[in-house]
Amino acid sequence: MAIYAPPGEPGSVVEYAARYENWIGGEWVAPVKGRYFQNPTPVTGRTFTEIARSGPEDIELALDAAHGAAPAWGRTSAAERAIVLNKIADRMEENLERIAVAESWENGKAVRECLAADIPLAIDHFRYFAGAIRAQEGHSSQIDDDTVAYHFQEPLGVVGQIIPWNFPILMAVWKLAPALAAGNAVVLKPAEQTPASILLLMDLIGDLLPPGVINVVNGFGVEAGKPLASNPRVRKVAFTGETTTGRLIMQYASENLIPVTLELGGKSPNLFFADVAAERDAFYDKSLEGFTLFALNQGEVCTCPSRALIQDSIYDDFMADALARVGRIKQGNPLDTETMVGAQASNDQLEKILSYIDIGRQEGAKVLTGGGRAELEGDLADGYYVTPTVFEGHNDMRIFQEEIFGPVVSVARFDDYADAIKIANDTLYGLGAGVWSRNGNIAYRAGRDIQAGRVWVNNFHSYPAHAAFGGYKQSGIGRENHKMMLDHYQQTKNLLVSYSEQAMGLF
Amino acid sequence: MDAHGDDTTVERVAVTDRAAALIRELTTDHGPLMFHQSGGCCDGSSPMCYPVGEFRTGASDVRLGDLDVGLSDPVPVWMSRSQFELWSHTHLTIDVVPGRGSGFSVEAPTGQRFLIRSRLMSEEESARLENEG
Repeated sequence: MAIYAPPGEPGSVVEYAARYENWIGGEWVAPVKGRYFQNPTPVTGRTFTEIARSGPEDIELALDAAHGAAPAWGRTSAAERAIVLNKIADRMEENLERIAVAESWENGKAVRECLAADIPLAIDHFRYFAGAIRAQEGHSSQIDDDTVAYHFQEPLGVVGQIIPWNFPILMAVWKLAPALAAGNAVVLKPAEQTPASILLLMDLIGDLLPPGVINVVNGFGVEAGKPLASNPRVRKVAFTGETTTGRLIMQYASENLIPVTLELGGKSPNLFFADVAAERDAFYDKSLEGFTLFALNQGEVCTCPSRALIQDSIYDDFMADALARVGRIKQGNPLDTETMVGAQASNDQLEKILSYIDIGRQEGAKVLTGGGRAELEGDLADGYYVTPTVFEGHNDMRIFQEEIFGPVVSVARFDDYADAIKIANDTLYGLGAGVWSRNGNIAYRAGRDIQAGRVWVNNFHSYPAHAAFGGYKQSGIGRENHKMMLDHYQQTKNLLVSYSEQAMGLF
Repeated sequence: MDAHGDDTTVERVAVTDRAAALIRELTTDHGPLMFHQSGGCCDGSSPMCYPVGEFRTGASDVRLGDLDVGLSDPVPVWMSRSQFELWSHTHLTIDVVPGRGSGFSVEAPTGQRFLIRSRLMSEEESARLENEG
């Protein structure tokens, strides 16, 4: 057990600067208009640094730098780019504890998760794409005896990436690693709730990249995000967020005729078939943990298993055991390695979660545990904490249909397989799902029948780089992770070559 | 709370005084505004406020109503049709809280964030909505 000192306090492993400018062209550049905004930690609600409040003029500076860097970076060999990505990974690994504590302080998430998951996954992501780009090959086809079609992958050039606040570093790396591996230069805009930890990372790794290959510009969506997303100087926009902004980004992209990838959230069902309770064994224990994972990252995960569907015949006993498991969740200081659930990322996020708990009650859902703000003491009293909450209700209630993005799960029963699949698919979204069964046939069929891009079978919330991630239905367009992601950041160049000396004979 | 609508139509959406004041302030900088209720992740499940014309609504959207905030132009509130099917039994009020929502909603730089508060439609409202078809 350890409790980390807050960044900047005596004994802390990491310190944030008092102010951050933008990272453009390999150096710190003050925002043109000289404006900054305050960045509070959700752990205590107090400001710990201030951040550039950029506008269109700063985005243009970053695009200048990116366009300056992109041609040379795009011509480097795959081997050279892989070396850079591996060096970034090594540097991050050497500084894992520092980055983890910094991220926990900025986002409010439990540091144990940053130490064990977020940052190690980000490190592995760079290594995965370092390997993937080395192994990527073009294709050639012999069209006829004299004609060959060669297919080469070429970088898009300069791409724009807009990052969410729930995993400030891992979500940035999900987008950066494949873009860089494929030879693109990037202008990246972090979320305004979590603008600093990615800059702390750039401070650590910035010297490993040619200037201008990664540019980070902070600011508010309407002031800095829009001029990036709507800019005719980017060849692609990647966005993680929600449906309305996703549509707006597609509208901008349609004006510039560029592709987008969108990851827009979900309302992921987690199905527990009766046979999970056939024994009180390790697998049963694992499935109870699988239920409780709704509270991971304070529920601020696009794939939060926020609808638990439990077969009628085991419902009462399973829920009694599941609630006991939820009762053992440790909530408190995010910098304590024993803490499992920390603070919500911002005040408005806290307010939104509480408003959903309110409408859940009004609609007649029953609160089985939790159901309110967690009142913590001392420095944490002004932080944004919500008690892990379990609702019992039915699938047409709004708490079953909307992403609350908090530690809130809505539980319902199902009768049989058909009923389970019907309820699971009765949603606008299709990002993630979980299936728990000892019966391989049930698990396989359910996994195929659920309309979601990622179905975890007998596990949940695992995010290996080598597994494709993305949504069906309103959860978005495109995928992240996996070597297929390289395609999302590359053009296909076809060289159609004739090796014949003869004219076609048409003219 | 600022009511909107006439005697014959059931009001689906309202605005608090605080939110109305912020809308008036933002209109000075951005011109006439509208809302589109977002779904999904991160900053979703929140009302997004844009200058009229910035966000294109279409056949896949429903206009829930217009907010009267004391300006010459009403402030229309939209939602996607698919989402409306799941929300139509609830009355919505646009409120504002201190916060830092991202997305491209125009209030974010003010350190405030629009928020939806919901209540169930009363039996009388539901009956009238059913009659209106």
